[in-house]
Amino acid sequence: MNLLEVNNLKMHFPVHGGVMSRVVGAVKAVDGVSLTINKGETLGIVGESGCGKSTLGKAIVRLTKPTEGSILLNGIDITHMSQGHLRPLRKQFQMMFQDPAESLNPRMSVGEIITEPMLIQKIGNAVSRREKAIKLLERVGLPASAVDKFSFEFSGGQRQRVGVARAIALQPELLVLDEPVSALDVSVQSQVLNLLMELQEEMGIAYMFIAHDLAVVKHISDNVAVMYLGKIVEMADADIIYKNPKHTYTKALISAIPIPDPTVDRERMILDGDVPSPINPPKGSAFGHRLNHPAYDETIGLDMPLVEIEPGHWVAADPCCLGAEDYAKVREMV
Amino acid sequence: MSEDVLVVNNLQTAFDTDSGRLTAVDGVSFTVPAGKTVGIVGESGCGKSVTAMSIVQLLPQPAGVITGGEVIFKGANLIGADDETLYGVRGNEIGVIFQEPMTALNPVHRIGKQLSESLILHKGLSKKEAWEESIELLEMVGIPSPEMRVSEYPHQLSGGMRQRVVIAIALACKPDLIIADEPTTALDVTVQAQILDLLKKLQKEHGSSVILITHDLGVIAETCDEVVVMYAGRVVEQAPVENIFKNPQHAYTKGLLASMTKLETPRKSELKTIPNMVAGIADFVPGCRFCQRMEQEGMTLEVRPEFKEVAKDHWVEACPLCTDHA
Repeated sequence: MNLLEVNNLKMHFPVHGGVMSRVVGAVKAVDGVSLTINKGETLGIVGESGCGKSTLGKAIVRLTKPTEGSILLNGIDITHMSQGHLRPLRKQFQMMFQDPAESLNPRMSVGEIITEPMLIQKIGNAVSRREKAIKLLERVGLPASAVDKFSFEFSGGQRQRVGVARAIALQPELLVLDEPVSALDVSVQSQVLNLLMELQEEMGIAYMFIAHDLAVVKHISDNVAVMYLGKIVEMADADIIYKNPKHTYTKALISAIPIPDPTVDRERMILDGDVPSPINPPKGSAFGHRLNHPAYDETIGLDMPLVEIEPGHWVAADPCCLGAEDYAKVREMV
Repeated sequence: MSEDVLVVNNLQTAFDTDSGRLTAVDGVSFTVPAGKTVGIVGESGCGKSVTAMSIVQLLPQPAGVITGGEVIFKGANLIGADDETLYGVRGNEIGVIFQEPMTALNPVHRIGKQLSESLILHKGLSKKEAWEESIELLEMVGIPSPEMRVSEYPHQLSGGMRQRVVIAIALACKPDLIIADEPTTALDVTVQAQILDLLKKLQKEHGSSVILITHDLGVIAETCDEVVVMYAGRVVEQAPVENIFKNPQHAYTKGLLASMTKLETPRKSELKTIPNMVAGIADFVPGCRFCQRMEQEGMTLEVRPEFKEVAKDHWVEACPLCTDHA
């Protein structure tokens, strides 16, 4: 059984307009996403800003109520559970946020921040919780004395370590990490990534790792899903997706990564424009629209599901974004 | 032929704070040759932005003070120059691209007005001429339907478009030197690629020199001719871009290069790191500050290592523990 199974998840936000503030449309932030995560594995989610990757993460840990679809954790459907019923299950899944400065309460000591989840779950007493907090701090590489300090007394990297300590305090099975290292400097970034990889090894936590830095995502992930405008366009093993990307958008993202070698001179694929607004998305192939692809008109109204083109390698059956051979192959499979 | 557009000599910038005067830039020297791109790289707080803002003297006032050194731009020292001279240089001969396109643009003025400003001030164009020129500038930076965009407000544009507008403003008067302070940090990789491409193209057309400040070594490798590596308020190494990547001399440069996550690093392998972190600015030692981070003891912490040329155009702060050049 998969640890996490997400089926056709949709997260739409209503848009109000007019004098009566009636609902005039919807932001389709996440629009039909299906994925699975196995115990102890990492799924990386990449995409440009506004593609819905953070919204997906928040919906999975049920910080928002999904519009449609289902989320199964250890086989239990948590999609429509009330927050009260969810609370005991929250031990199993936690979320960690991007900006350590904003996600840690400046009025609480580090000890209070780390023990809060245990307090809510009514685990232990004040003394044992404090002991646990000190152990956790030492585990993430901070001195025990940090327990009585405040988060603003620490640097960005240290604060993110506090965030890690809080997230693992309840020994979750799934941790959703939303851009956990993007606010950090390179040398500190690798320290935090190493810590995350060690913890996964030790505790068998599964990660959903959301980031825009493809090199980082590739390094830490078993599987990678590429999102564009609320949908997954390609999903495969991390090495395979970088070596043999099928979807044009994945290719474009990879080609945009700056290579730290001045002697490499390569032909870049430069994308024009930006991601279109999710309020009024293109009717056909979303990325075909950005490419101004000649076949775009044919895709209007066409169903373009994710198809398993090779074992474990899923790609959207989009005529604008696949090579002719690949498209013929997926067309047969639909 | 290569003449230096800018020579920064032993620049020192300090901030007056409640806990006394803190030196953020401590004797920084480098040169920018005509038509070349010089990258300044370093971690947050190393003084790279303060160095850039000291060149155009746009430091936060009254806290920021330039306490010493020279900034020689086209033969004249800008430090100590009167306001009139500086007005004539800023936005005219030196264009600045700021990091946050959100905050660099005024939200209550139309794009066209913000572009016209420097054209009217420095080039003496009429309002109408400046407006026309603004449309051309927007077209040059690749904004579609510029005649429409010119009368829009910043919030109507996406992040990438806003950054293009900021670039257009910086280039409006065809400056000899462009200072780009983290021009792509707030943007997506795909938009970053567009913007870097645009900068390169425009630089070629105008023959301007560029100072590019970034923490991303990938960006450095793709765009720069020369690299200045800063650590804790000082330059620890300066060299042509190939030397920095192929033959780094300072332990900090080596550490920085090693700790980058690259696409070819084997998956889930342990990443190289630089231990500890940069000391607080108030605790900086007079000697080698990278030795301070590495918790070394002894003389290297007391005496500032000599900044010397170890190979042609390759300069390094020659700490005996951090380099092989004592």
